[in-house]
Formats: sequence, structure tokens, C-alpha cells
Amino acid sequence: MKKARVAFEGDIHHATESSSGLQLENGKAVNEEEVVWLPPVEPKTSFALGLNYMDHASELSFKAPEEPLVFLKGPNTFVGHRAKTYRPADVTNMHYECELAVIIGRQAKNIKRDEAYEYISGYTIANDYALRDYLENYYRPNLKVKNRDHCTPIGPWFVDAADINDPMNLSLRTYVNGEIVQEGSTKDMIFTVPVLVEYLSSFMTLNPGDLILTGTPKGTVDTKVGDEVITEIEGLGRLVNTITDEDS
Amino acid sequence: MYKAKAKLGGKQKAEEVEVRIEDKGVEINDEELLVANHNWDAPVTGTIYGALLNYQGTMEAMKDELTKDPYKAPPKAPILYIKPQNTVIGHQMTIPLPDDVEELEAGACLGVVIGQKAARVKQAEALQYIAGYTIVNDISVPHESVFRPAVKHKARDGFCPAGPWVMERDAVPNPDQLGIEVRVNGKVQQRNNTKNLVRSVSKLLADVTEFMTLDEGDVLLVGIPENPPRVKAGDHIRIEIERVGALENVVSKRGNQV
Repeated sequence: MKKARVAFEGDIHHATESSSGLQLENGKAVNEEEVVWLPPVEPKTSFALGLNYMDHASELSFKAPEEPLVFLKGPNTFVGHRAKTYRPADVTNMHYECELAVIIGRQAKNIKRDEAYEYISGYTIANDYALRDYLENYYRPNLKVKNRDHCTPIGPWFVDAADINDPMNLSLRTYVNGEIVQEGSTKDMIFTVPVLVEYLSSFMTLNPGDLILTGTPKGTVDTKVGDEVITEIEGLGRLVNTITDEDS
Repeated sequence: MYKAKAKLGGKQKAEEVEVRIEDKGVEINDEELLVANHNWDAPVTGTIYGALLNYQGTMEAMKDELTKDPYKAPPKAPILYIKPQNTVIGHQMTIPLPDDVEELEAGACLGVVIGQKAARVKQAEALQYIAGYTIVNDISVPHESVFRPAVKHKARDGFCPAGPWVMERDAVPNPDQLGIEVRVNGKVQQRNNTKNLVRSVSKLLADVTEFMTLDEGDVLLVGIPENPPRVKAGDHIRIEIERVGALENVVSKRGNQV
């Protein structure tokens, strides 16, 4: 089942996907444009992976890491489907990153990879924008690049883990203004979802609601103000975001 | 006597306490309590952000490295990291020593607790966004390189003791003039002062909120002073920050959950 968190007529609702759009928990049918889409989960501890696809690592002239390159994100950076993301005027390279986001469903400590899926409640799509102008070589990539307000659109749906047959074989695509610009498959991840759950839970406790953004394949290019960026993952839907400047 | 917010063990809500730092006493509803005799939960619930390399002594010690590989140039923006929810524990709770390490670094930090949503604040107005101050022991597995994010070194369970309370802002006339003293097993191992920050508290708030919003209840750690003491199993750590209080915790193998 696909579930969403939306604001409608002054309240926050849980909605499910229906043939006409969305159905609220009180039975009311609404369409996609009538609601404000919120992140489908309220993110707790949020991990993101750098350089987790071989083709993207070589695109950026990095060799594949020997250990997962993990960084953390704060709640300020997440924003829902159909939101706007602000591009500062001085930036010359702000690129999207289409990523499979894993949602932890049970507390997890020292979990082995072959049990990892039991601890996952669902999946969604994240667009983990990077503003490369602000990269510096300290705790890289640092929060000025990766944790800016509204720079991580997430959604539209929380998709039940049971509905995804093989999370390690999903196609990912990004479209800018309707044109396909990034294409890949989760089967090309360097550290797979079960390996990441094993790795992280080996040194810290994962909790329900924690998120793991699993990295992006190659094809990341600069975007401009006004661009409509759609990140799409097979079985999870299409996450729409628009780049905006300070004035609009 | 100043007012502080504290979360005493088992209570759902933080409550207001009156604190007398000199005699380590607190008063709740006119009842006097000795700090050591009570269980204190961490008094903060928001996201905890830390600032790296924000003491002049740390920058001085690294100055020859800053222009070389892999850093190439000294930092321009504040370097931040996050201490996630699994790391947060209260005053007097046990810091778990992981099985794969012998020693930890005790990071004595002034924690600035945000009082209202802070986005793009001006330095001159920054202190108005502060609700109060707490003491945070930003524990790390010692690591030399600061090139990659140190999640495995800084985000382990119980690696962020905080408390005992959030001291009200008015108890601290100048957050850039606070003595810090760290004792391990009663012996002074580190002394410093927030006057040695690279970015002052107000400058740090302005520079951070330029690109990310801090929410009410979030905490900004202003930095770890140079030469943080190493600690091992059985060690008792006491971090005292002038006008704010003292945070005490013991490191133990037995506290290890993961």
C-alpha cells in the first residue's frame, strides 16, 4: 500500500493512494493538487550515502570507498512532494540526486545482512540535492552542501516493504523539464541495503523512523531556477520538485 | 539563584528548578534536593549539531595541515556534524565503551539551546534566539583525520551526555566568557574558556542559520577545546562550565549495548 502525509483544509491527514488520486483516513477523496504533501515520514536519524554507485564515484573522479561514506542530515532539510527548493544566486552547480530511501521499522542493533529486511518497514524516494560550490574538505560533504533548508525533497509515498519484491533491482530515473537526465538501477549499489543496515547497526542502534538515503547513480548535472525536477523509482512513484530563487 | 529546566528521572515533562551552583543544590517547589541523589534525563529533545575546529588552539595545532592534502585550504564555512538521538543520555548515566576501542575522547562543549525558530539571524540579534545553555560531553572515538564525516566515531550509543539542566539565558551574561574545566577521576585534565572560540556564539549562530534553520529545542555545540582528555573504562568525567553547572558521567564496558 502507498501512504502519504498531507495537509488539507487546515489539518494533517494520513492518505492512501486511490484510483482518482488520494483518499483521506476519513474516507474523503481528494486529488493530488488539492493537498500539500508533507514528507511521508517525520524523519528521525537520517543517514545518507556518498559515492555508493560505482558509475557516480568515477563520474566525480573518486575511487569506490572501502567502507560506506555515511553522513547525517537534520529534519530542516526535508520537504514533501511538489515543493520548491531554493537555489542561492551565487551557486554555479546545484545537482539533483535520485535516491532510494529506506525506512527503518524496528529497533535494530547488531543485525546481520541476511536478517536486515525484517527491520525495514518501507521505502520512498529522496532527491538529495548537492550544492557543490560549498564543498570543503572537512567532514566532506558537510552540512552547508547537504543539509540546507528544503534541499532534500522526499516522497510522495511511504510504500510498504511488502510491496517491493526486490529493492536491489529497481530502476531510477531523473527528468528535468520532461527530459531524462539520469538513469540507473539499485542493483549497481556498492554497499547494498542489507549491508548498510548491518554496517550501521554494528556500531549504533537504529530506531523506527530512521532513514537511510542510499546514494545516487551517475548522471548528476546542474539545474537552473524554474526547472522542474522529477525523481522516479520503479514501484515507488514520481517525486516532483521545482527549483526556485529567492524572489519567487 | 537562577532558574533552569530539568527533566528528573521518570517525569514526562521538563520542569523549572532553581539552581544554586556553589553548593550544587537545586530547589523544586521549595524542596531542596542534592543533585547527586537524583536521576536526571537529558534536558534536550531537539537535533544536536556540533561545530568542528571552533577553538583557536585546535586551529593553531592543525595550522600546518590545513593547506595540505586532503584539506588543501583552511575551512571557510562552519564545519558541522550531528549527534543523533541514540547518542543522547543524561547526567550521571553511563557512557558505554564499545568493544572495539580502548579509549574515548571527552569533548567538553557548551551547548546553546535554541528558544525560537532561527533562520538567517543577524549576529547582533543572535543571542535573543537562545533559550539557555547546557553542558554536553561530545564523546568521540579518537580520530586524526577530519576529511570524511565521523559518524562511526561520534554517533555511537550513549556518546552524547547532556545536562543536568538547561540554565536560563539570563544566568549567563556573556557566553563568550565562560571557563571550562574537565576533571577525570577528580584530577583536572583540561582548562579552557569560550573566549577562545574561533567563531563566537553569536557569530556561529549567524553563520549556521544563514544556510539552515535551527528549530526551537535544537542544540548547537560551540566546539571542543584543544587537547581533549582521553578516558577509559571506569573513568569518571566531570565537565564544569562556569555559570551553567557540572555534568558527570562514568565510562563503562558494562554500559555497552551494541
